[in-house]
Amino acid sequence: MDLRLKIWRQKDARSQGSFETYSMEDVSPEMSFLEMLDALNKKLVEQGKDPVAFDHDCREGICGSCGMYINGHPHGPVPAVTTCLLSMRYFRDGETIWVEPWRARAFPVIRDLIVDRSAFDKIQIAGGFISVNTGGAPEANSIPVPKKDSDNAFDSSICIGCGACVAACKNSSAMLFVSAKISQFALLPQGRIEAKERVRAMVDKMDELGFGSCSNTGACEAECPKQIRLTNIARLNREYYKAF
Amino acid sequence: MATLDSKIPEGPLAQKWTKYKGSVKQINPANKKKLEIIVVGTGLSGAGAASALGELGYNVKNFCYQDSPRRAHSVAAQGGINAAKNYQNDGDSVYRLFYDMIKGGDYRAREANVYRAAEVSNQVIDHFTALGVPFARDYGGTLDTRSFGGVQVSRTFYARGQTGQQCLLGCYSSLNRQIKKGNVVMYPRREMLDLVVIGGKARGIITRNLITGEIERHSAHAVVLATGGYGTIYYLSTLAVNSNASAAWKAHKKGAFFANPSFIQIHPTSVPQMNQFQSKLTLMSESLRNDGRMWVPKEKNDKRPANSIPDEERDYYLERKYPAFGNLVPRDVASRATKERCDSGYGVGKTGLAVYLDFRDAIRKQGKKAIENKYGNLFEMYKTITGFDPYEEPMMIYPAGHYTMGGLWVDYELMTTIPGLYAIGEANFSDHGANRLGASSLMQAAGDGYFILPNTICNYLADEIRVPKIPTDSQEFADAEKSAVERLKSLISINGRQTASSFHRRLGKIMWDHCGMIRNEEGLRKALVLIEELRKEFWSDLKVPGKINEVNQELEKAGRVADYLELASLLVTDALDRRESCGAHFREEFQTPDGEALRNDSGYAYVAAWEYAGEGKSHILHREHLKFEEVELKVRSYK
Repeated sequence: MDLRLKIWRQKDARSQGSFETYSMEDVSPEMSFLEMLDALNKKLVEQGKDPVAFDHDCREGICGSCGMYINGHPHGPVPAVTTCLLSMRYFRDGETIWVEPWRARAFPVIRDLIVDRSAFDKIQIAGGFISVNTGGAPEANSIPVPKKDSDNAFDSSICIGCGACVAACKNSSAMLFVSAKISQFALLPQGRIEAKERVRAMVDKMDELGFGSCSNTGACEAECPKQIRLTNIARLNREYYKAF
Repeated sequence: MATLDSKIPEGPLAQKWTKYKGSVKQINPANKKKLEIIVVGTGLSGAGAASALGELGYNVKNFCYQDSPRRAHSVAAQGGINAAKNYQNDGDSVYRLFYDMIKGGDYRAREANVYRAAEVSNQVIDHFTALGVPFARDYGGTLDTRSFGGVQVSRTFYARGQTGQQCLLGCYSSLNRQIKKGNVVMYPRREMLDLVVIGGKARGIITRNLITGEIERHSAHAVVLATGGYGTIYYLSTLAVNSNASAAWKAHKKGAFFANPSFIQIHPTSVPQMNQFQSKLTLMSESLRNDGRMWVPKEKNDKRPANSIPDEERDYYLERKYPAFGNLVPRDVASRATKERCDSGYGVGKTGLAVYLDFRDAIRKQGKKAIENKYGNLFEMYKTITGFDPYEEPMMIYPAGHYTMGGLWVDYELMTTIPGLYAIGEANFSDHGANRLGASSLMQAAGDGYFILPNTICNYLADEIRVPKIPTDSQEFADAEKSAVERLKSLISINGRQTASSFHRRLGKIMWDHCGMIRNEEGLRKALVLIEELRKEFWSDLKVPGKINEVNQELEKAGRVADYLELASLLVTDALDRRESCGAHFREEFQTPDGEALRNDSGYAYVAAWEYAGEGKSHILHREHLKFEEVELKVRSYK
């Protein structure tokens, strides 16, 4: 199929960006969105032009590197997939596709579609861990965990840190991201011991870094490629109130 | 010239590690604070080592090329992580895990290292559980396990089909705790361009900041490479597309021997190639073979849809050929059997390069819900990629390059042939012999990083406590930086017509065709010529746009491909040298009458450790002869 691409190009954080138009012919419906961009880049490089910069790595939806706004949706219009697994079979011949970087104050653009998500790491550094030293752990089965709690913790723990929730939110809130980690640890006996310190530290850091407030709109949940639930935010709020 | 001393401690196998730890040199906490360690890579081994070393009080600098340490490729491991807990009362033990690994590796791994890996596996599970890794549990609240390819006990701990992600996020959390404490300084978006060796010792690295393009010097008392494997040498592989061998290759050219480079595991179950622009083959976990049955039609070129082929017209070829292990034979055996069926014309799908992995019987027997609980996310992923629903029709799969058992040669202390340079995780060669068993990569990587290296590195650093902070203004640093910059400039200045990826794709094809699942002398010799031609073409017709001092992803790729074009020749040379079949290395000339691998223990029970001899010169082979004191060398049989 033939496509018209409107892609955000921005040289660096200080430069002004704008949309550039590219046409792509003979795109196979079996390609992934990133393979389609690879093909575009090949063409650009062979013409001596700068290729479109974008983050990507595992190409199987688990590392969280990739992420871009496609036709107004983080990771594109198909629910529960990352950009790398977004298949071109979802687009129509002749379609115009708009591609933009995540837009949030806490995620400044580095170049083209690459943004700086180090704020996410900073939140995790503030408290996203259980304080146990190597060698000091008790025998794994000495602390039984109800299967339900463990399964729920797992469902919260599968966040890939891609930033789609922040990008989707009208307030650029990081609540879904933070609540996923808080929930994972809050649901496990191993994590309960530091629960209060953790939630205060992570929420404080989140606020300090310029993420917006949560107004329970749920855009984050709708766009999350890993389907992290809004109930995590409820649990985060509860944990936060309990922490004082 | 360095000599090979594996430094295996004396004494009975089961006591070596305990004895070693009891006699290793110690460093007092005040002195640890004066020592700096560089760790490159943030996967299970890298982040594990950085955290554990930080906890001990060393000053650690940790590097990764991704924007965050949480994205290292350990994240993509699916099936599970082994440990010898014997929670199932099925007769498992450290010894049995050790034995399975030695056997699975086709007797080409070092006994002492393998035993130690099995020994620390239980601590790894305890540690991850304490870090909040949500492994699967049974209704009573205890940890669940499953069985995994190539073994007959159930020792694989798992977190649905994303065990690697959960373990990696555990490592990332412990790393974050040390970053917060100031014991680890994290340097993301950095690519290691060279190793700095001063007075024969590893003393630092040269990196490129992938955002600003700035070339940086970093010094330390020791350097640890946790940079993973080189499976992307096939271009299409199950690895992250940016995974590369460059750090290990640079270390190799500075004096670290490269061991068994041709031992590369081809994973039997990945989603087949679907289009010519594809850059990645997604793995479908081996755990699927617990319930999925692999088959092809009994008739050649049978184009009927899978579901309309009746049972009696299906060839469940693994069950037929290997009745004892059936669909659970080791990866190399399964991959070759699949290739054999497809090469003989029984393959399915558009290209004929695919076989079925069928869950129909398991769903009938256990119900859809049970299958969904075990493999839900894998089925979803398959459907997302292909558009087909594996609950309704069988998956189509084909082998793909996956894991490199080969890597930098290390001794028992995980030190390379360069004093002060260590290699851990997939980056070293030591634990998997000629073939890795499923769910033992996470186990080995975490064991190396958290539990082994932090003990062994003391033995070296204890003699370094009087060495002040290493300055970065020495001639050695200046020279390394200069050659790194010159190389980047030369890549840009070629100014030809073809992209780095297009060369990579062609290299991958050469390697897959001639040095993949099945190899022979004629093909390997041909590959050497083709690689050399391609390398020349690369250095005369490569196109890299842009500059050094900016984001330049084409430049990153070009550097990695340039290194692969050199490593590829060594890989083929190693495959040529090994005139036997063992594990993943299958030489057509050396097989039994019924087509199984024919090992040659009297001639080749050695680790091939290759020394770099300089530009344009042949590598020098050093042999570390493997001594088997505990196990008897047997013909691997899964029949």
